[in-house]
Amino acid sequence: MIRTLPTSKTYNRFFKFYVILYFTFLFAPLVVTCVLAFNDSQFPSLPWKGYTLDWFTANLPDRVGIFHDRINLDSIWVSFRVAFFVTLLSTTVGTCGAFLFEQEDFRFKQLLYFLMLAPLVIPGVILGISILLLSNTLGTYFETSWGVDIDLFRPGFWLVVLGQFSFIATLVTLVVSARLKKFDRTLEEAALNLGANRFEVIWHITLKFLRPAIFGAAALAFLMSFENFNTTLFLVGHEATLPINLYLQVRDGSTPVINATSFLLIVGTSLVALANLYFSRKSE
Amino acid sequence: MIVLPQIDLLVMSFRFETDDGKMIWGFSNYLQFFEEPIYWLTFVRTAIYSILVTFLTLVIALPLAFYITKVVAPKFQGFLLVLILLPFWVSELVRVYGWMILLRESGVINHFLVKLGIFQRPVEMLYQDSTMILGLVYTTMLFMVVPIVSVLESLDNSLIEAAYDLGANMWSILFKIIIPHATPGIVSGSIVVFMLTLGNYLTPNLMGGKNSLWFTEQIYNQFIASFNWNQGSAFGFLLLLLSSLIVWVGLKLTRQNLKKVVQ
Repeated sequence: MIRTLPTSKTYNRFFKFYVILYFTFLFAPLVVTCVLAFNDSQFPSLPWKGYTLDWFTANLPDRVGIFHDRINLDSIWVSFRVAFFVTLLSTTVGTCGAFLFEQEDFRFKQLLYFLMLAPLVIPGVILGISILLLSNTLGTYFETSWGVDIDLFRPGFWLVVLGQFSFIATLVTLVVSARLKKFDRTLEEAALNLGANRFEVIWHITLKFLRPAIFGAAALAFLMSFENFNTTLFLVGHEATLPINLYLQVRDGSTPVINATSFLLIVGTSLVALANLYFSRKSE
Repeated sequence: MIVLPQIDLLVMSFRFETDDGKMIWGFSNYLQFFEEPIYWLTFVRTAIYSILVTFLTLVIALPLAFYITKVVAPKFQGFLLVLILLPFWVSELVRVYGWMILLRESGVINHFLVKLGIFQRPVEMLYQDSTMILGLVYTTMLFMVVPIVSVLESLDNSLIEAAYDLGANMWSILFKIIIPHATPGIVSGSIVVFMLTLGNYLTPNLMGGKNSLWFTEQIYNQFIASFNWNQGSAFGFLLLLLSSLIVWVGLKLTRQNLKKVVQ
């Protein structure tokens, strides 16, 4: 059954086989995508026609590599900016939220806590359309009542940021809260006794303690935002983020350029994820 | 930020346009839903498939989580966990795209099968309900494995040893000790997987065929294609209601509460 008990050979073999099968299932699509990004063929499929870097660097009439593809590059840049602002906003708000729910007591705390968790159980698509509706209502209201046209309420960059922020902040709050629960509050009291003011205590003691969690949460927020599709789909204006742009291309038919983009994405996110794991291990 | 949009969604869903272009209140958007078979059929299909996907994910994830926490040598534990986590950092779109390359008619699997002489000609494996389910199980797997791993880690090995010494066989250990202990993890994993599947747009859209319409696609169509925002809101609200309902039923059945599950 388990390590400490005697087990039959078949049982062990069966389990090993199962796990190997599972990992093949897990990695097959990713590996194939990466490998075919280097295939010298117009379509991302076998047979193998030889190794090429064309899908990254070429700038020929019949094949344009990712580094010369204006649309893809633009969308990567948009995604970066969105992810940057979402990370900034949701890390700040999420950390404050964690403080609020862990250290303070106030009326309706239970209700507010429940509302904070709500985005976890609302499907992303619903979140997208409801935010779209609200911003539309607000936009029309401002325009008919005061005759001002506020750009923020149109589908576009800032609405995407807001939409993603609305549920990523919850995740940040949960991650930071988990760390804050382990915090020994007597440390704060000691610092207060030694003459620090409230602000200094938070800056030098509490935030220092929370730093690994905050960085971890920020990395998580960045990746979540970078690859969010469901919510973004409804809020996006003319500036498409990378997932939306890739989706449009995949739907219309595939080229090895998509593989190349995917390859870059896989490598990039894996690096961020590994760095995140490494640092969170080290801090523990 | 969270509540207002939902209220607006509800309000919007009760308004509809009359023939002379005025907006009035009423239930007609919801009536429309029940009158058109294609709408509620998609709705029911989505719900049933989501439950099926959740169940499949559980069946696949449980032995794996058990293997990682209890069977494999401790030094490989961390490594295996990292391996499981890694693919899920990659965008869902990329993963679905990988499956498309593998499964399509000119895809990699077909290429090998034909080469090996198992098939005479390539077969279209993509765009079927079964591939869609495969894709959904694949994209949500992690959210089942991780909670179960974390509850199994707190399971004391001596309990299993004791049961074994007392002569219990594998199945009774599984059903009397492991599964009862893992219930909180299983419930939270199932809820997350169910929500993600229900609200998924990408995978059914790209991997499912013309016949496998997902309810989120209906919502998208109402919003973006036919610009009938009121109808779309009604659909959206129905989906929200369905998801809350099933999560609530699931929690009641297993006597868990949401707060406990989140932690």
